[in-house]
Amino acid sequence: MKDFIIPWDDRDMGTPAKAGKPVHLTIDGIEVTVPAGTSVMRAAMEAGIKVPKLCATDSVEAFGSCRLCVVEIEGRRGTPASCTTPVHAGMVVHTQSSKVKKIRRGVMELYVSDHPLDCLTCAANGDCELQDMAGMVGLRDVRYTPGDNHFDPSGTGARSQSEARLRMPEGEANPLYMPKDQSNPYFTYDPSKCIVCSRCVRACEEVQGTFALTIEGRGFDSRVSAGAAGDDFLASDCVSCGACVQACPTATLQEKSVAELGTPDREVVTTCAYCGVGCSFKAELNGDQLVRMTPWKHGKANRGHSCVKGRFAYGYAEHPDRILNPMIRDSIDMPWREVSWSEALAFAAGRMQAIREKHGRKSLGVITSSRCTNEETYLVQKLTRAVFMNNNTDTCARVCHSPTGYGLGQTFGTSAGTQDFDSVEQVDVALVIGANPTDGHPVFASRLKKRLRQGAKLIVIDPRRIDMVKSAHIEAAHHLPLTPGTNVAVVTALAHVIATEGLYDEAFIRERCDWDEFQAFVEFVSDKRHAPESTALLTGVNAQELRAAARLYAKGGNAAIYYGLGVTEHSQGSTTVMALANLAMMTGNIGREGVGVNPLRGQNNVQGSCDMGSFPHELPGYRHVKLPEVRKVFEDAWGVTIDPEPGLRIPNMLDAAVEGTFKGLYCQGEDILQSDPDTRHVAAGLAAMECVIVHDLFLNETANYAHVFLPGSSFLEKNGTFTNAERRINRVRKVMAPKNGYEDWEVTQMLANAMGAGWAYTHPEQIMAEIAATTPSFANVTYDLLDEKGSVQWPCNGEHPEGTPLMHVDGFVRGKGRFIVTEYVATAERSGPRFPLLLTTGRILSQYNVGAQTRRTANSVWHEQDMLEIHPHDAENRGLKNGDWVKLASRSGETTLVATITDRVSPGVVYTTFHHPDTQANVVTTDYSDWATNCPEYKVTAVQVSPSNGPSDWQEDYAAQAERSRRILPAAE
Amino acid sequence: MRHSKPTADEIQALIDGQMHLEGPLLPILHALQEAYDHVPEAALGMIAETLNLTKAEVHGVMSFYHDFRKAPAGRHVVKICRAEACQSMGANALSDAVLEKLGIGWGGTTSDGLVTVEAVYCLGLCACAPAAMVDDRLIARADAARLEKALEGAA
Repeated sequence: MKDFIIPWDDRDMGTPAKAGKPVHLTIDGIEVTVPAGTSVMRAAMEAGIKVPKLCATDSVEAFGSCRLCVVEIEGRRGTPASCTTPVHAGMVVHTQSSKVKKIRRGVMELYVSDHPLDCLTCAANGDCELQDMAGMVGLRDVRYTPGDNHFDPSGTGARSQSEARLRMPEGEANPLYMPKDQSNPYFTYDPSKCIVCSRCVRACEEVQGTFALTIEGRGFDSRVSAGAAGDDFLASDCVSCGACVQACPTATLQEKSVAELGTPDREVVTTCAYCGVGCSFKAELNGDQLVRMTPWKHGKANRGHSCVKGRFAYGYAEHPDRILNPMIRDSIDMPWREVSWSEALAFAAGRMQAIREKHGRKSLGVITSSRCTNEETYLVQKLTRAVFMNNNTDTCARVCHSPTGYGLGQTFGTSAGTQDFDSVEQVDVALVIGANPTDGHPVFASRLKKRLRQGAKLIVIDPRRIDMVKSAHIEAAHHLPLTPGTNVAVVTALAHVIATEGLYDEAFIRERCDWDEFQAFVEFVSDKRHAPESTALLTGVNAQELRAAARLYAKGGNAAIYYGLGVTEHSQGSTTVMALANLAMMTGNIGREGVGVNPLRGQNNVQGSCDMGSFPHELPGYRHVKLPEVRKVFEDAWGVTIDPEPGLRIPNMLDAAVEGTFKGLYCQGEDILQSDPDTRHVAAGLAAMECVIVHDLFLNETANYAHVFLPGSSFLEKNGTFTNAERRINRVRKVMAPKNGYEDWEVTQMLANAMGAGWAYTHPEQIMAEIAATTPSFANVTYDLLDEKGSVQWPCNGEHPEGTPLMHVDGFVRGKGRFIVTEYVATAERSGPRFPLLLTTGRILSQYNVGAQTRRTANSVWHEQDMLEIHPHDAENRGLKNGDWVKLASRSGETTLVATITDRVSPGVVYTTFHHPDTQANVVTTDYSDWATNCPEYKVTAVQVSPSNGPSDWQEDYAAQAERSRRILPAAE
Repeated sequence: MRHSKPTADEIQALIDGQMHLEGPLLPILHALQEAYDHVPEAALGMIAETLNLTKAEVHGVMSFYHDFRKAPAGRHVVKICRAEACQSMGANALSDAVLEKLGIGWGGTTSDGLVTVEAVYCLGLCACAPAAMVDDRLIARADAARLEKALEGAA
């Protein structure tokens, strides 16, 4: 079994790859052919020749400042820099002439004259390009020391910082010495080691698109500066994505973990377990100690980029809160008792079997997790279908992207985004609706911002002025700040403009869709009541702006829709998804690069958990459980009879629990108490059950109501696959042994076997083989293929042996694209005199979902509590100041939190995040939900905000109850 | 015109006055420097906001040019050339004498706020070195007496 793979060619090629016609040239006597536009430096690398370099790296465009990569070219005067010189047919290049070698040595000598010589004690020792280059050019002496420098705090001409400390004179010191900036929790900036190559500044601009860094001053004084004078990294605009640290050739920008633990000596390529972008990372280790996570440049979702979560926030796996031993208790008012695995499993199996005997097989169920692997999810749904003998399986995707599944399934025929992330490089117009990519999907946001800086246009439909609307070097062409809950009206109005102004693509519709159906659709949307002028009062969106946005989307070239939970988490979530699909179809923006309808998935494996049959009505591959031919496939494979009746959804399970017919739940890697709406109702449902088995890393909020706690393994401790938002199946590789003893799939298998299932998987690869054998869209997926290709996008089968980057290229999966009439129906949740404001919820960059992971990392530096954003007008009416405690009350409940006053939100709208259990924002949200899928309406709640002195009664009661239910008795010897 | 405390509206008006230009950042910095004898710190964020840049970028550009000041200079600015030709013709002795007499260091301003002395690297008067500049007036074959006279003349 291959747990580890040798990474692909990870050499730094010096400058980015180009796509042009082949050009032949000769470098050091070796003939090489590269695409036109390629630099001489990269061409040399292709030929296996390394030209010394410092300011060049292949993640950013060539800059030509370090003068180390000079070469001689026959027929040209001087010594041009190879990084900025493009290749030319017939060029003859010499990279090692005595002339360039002499220049390089002289240049290196100058660099080193203002650089400490403490290599042996430097954090980058062995991982420093300056060190490598000094060796490569043969630097043997530095004639300039001592002199002015930035590294010697003593001012005595010491050549290393340790030597300087020894010689440190009383009172006097080097006025030019610059101390380290340690303000960022994850990396340090040591200006004394900076060679001013600008790689960090360029990475911040070109790769991340934040522009937080600059070079301040000039000449000898010039240094990297985060923000303006007086700012440090933490105070600046820096979002801690790590691109600068990745680009830095020296120890100037250095991970604190490397300084502490030493340079890593082994690497395993794996997949990030945070958002749905699914970035590929190299886990770099010493033995089984993780030293750092670095973005893998061959990762097809992230292309070598990362965000603060994946790059740095992995420390939760070692947090003291993590539970490593199984625990049980007879009732939830008792303290936990640590027991052996066998005792815990016997206890759990015994209870579940007793419930089944007493209350029938339908009284049990499971909840799968969008954070666990495909293989684990597959086993959990198999547990309920093949062992509990019912279809009571649901997943947290219920509360996020279930409307995507329904909406895209109805219109296009498959429940998935249509594009890969690379497609964004061809986008001319991006329509971002109900998504906040810079916070929720930062690596995708960076790729989109890069495209916007190249000239693509952006339309943002969001109640808040999110960062995509306007931030450095980007600005949306149109921002439609709609009233929460009016998505359908706005998108239908866009369709109205496209239809009535004749902006649709008739040829595409005639070929790919049903023309008659389209006629009916046109008749519907052309009605005056859908005109932007008619809906403006309702939606709050300026009609002219909406018309302009519609024209841009329809006629601006390749137009792509990117959407998030602001679309789905509504009572009309599915309708909005279908309305967006209508827009794409009527303008022909489907089936090629740069277009499409793209859900941005919240969690790492939302796509995968849906694919794996987590829903109560669907077996793996989105096939309805009522179909006998589908059931037969699994009945043959599993040797059981599958219930043809769909099972219970999460809200139905909770209702049934309150009614007394649902009694036992196995909940893997999911905190329904914190993440699901109407917390009180969830709590009542859980409290009514007789056996709640929570399988998680931490005693989460749901575990307060659990009888069995099975400790989980982190993504670093298991094998499997995650499927990201672009249907890309990425390998998750075990880099260390599970601290809890078992990978999560093993735990599920042990529970199943304790109930007599007799499963015998020895590696997740076998589970994937079973998935491939039973699920047509995964037919060709094997771990060998994933190791070979890095990743594949489903469908991956006989028809698409290497996967499918773009969907619906020549025809829709369902045949003809289907236009569906999207009538706006206002949500029953309305603001009124008692609750005059509309609350909408979202995420922030540094925290993730319910915060179970990120709250247990240094990311809390950026966001230690949930804040309520409120418009200055509404704040003034209520006498609120920035930082005041406020009470947030709805028809469901109330909570308190701290207000932040901002015009990012419109008057009448307030906004908060749901990362912190103390706040329990979902105490306030209601149990209204999507008409088709029950996806809860998190994004609209009528609320009132008023001044408050501190936590509400509910918060205090809850905190006390949580404290009580987390007591753990010491293990019996 | 010199204001001790420019208001946000005044700064914004100066910024907006340059917005019709292509690449207005340097003209904006010049306009502010001209108006207030320095670029007020409060202006950086406003420039960044108006041009859709970050404060870091504005800071990078401004700090590259020493003549964009963070605080107003003295009433008169004396620049003494320290480039090779002037050094060989006695510029160091000249600057030592001037700085000692005024009791300040390079870049310093006298306590009465009258004079700021700065280094400059080549005024293009190498043939008549050492060279200096008092406010906008170039002085060739500079010595302490000529500088003093020029300062008196400027007052």
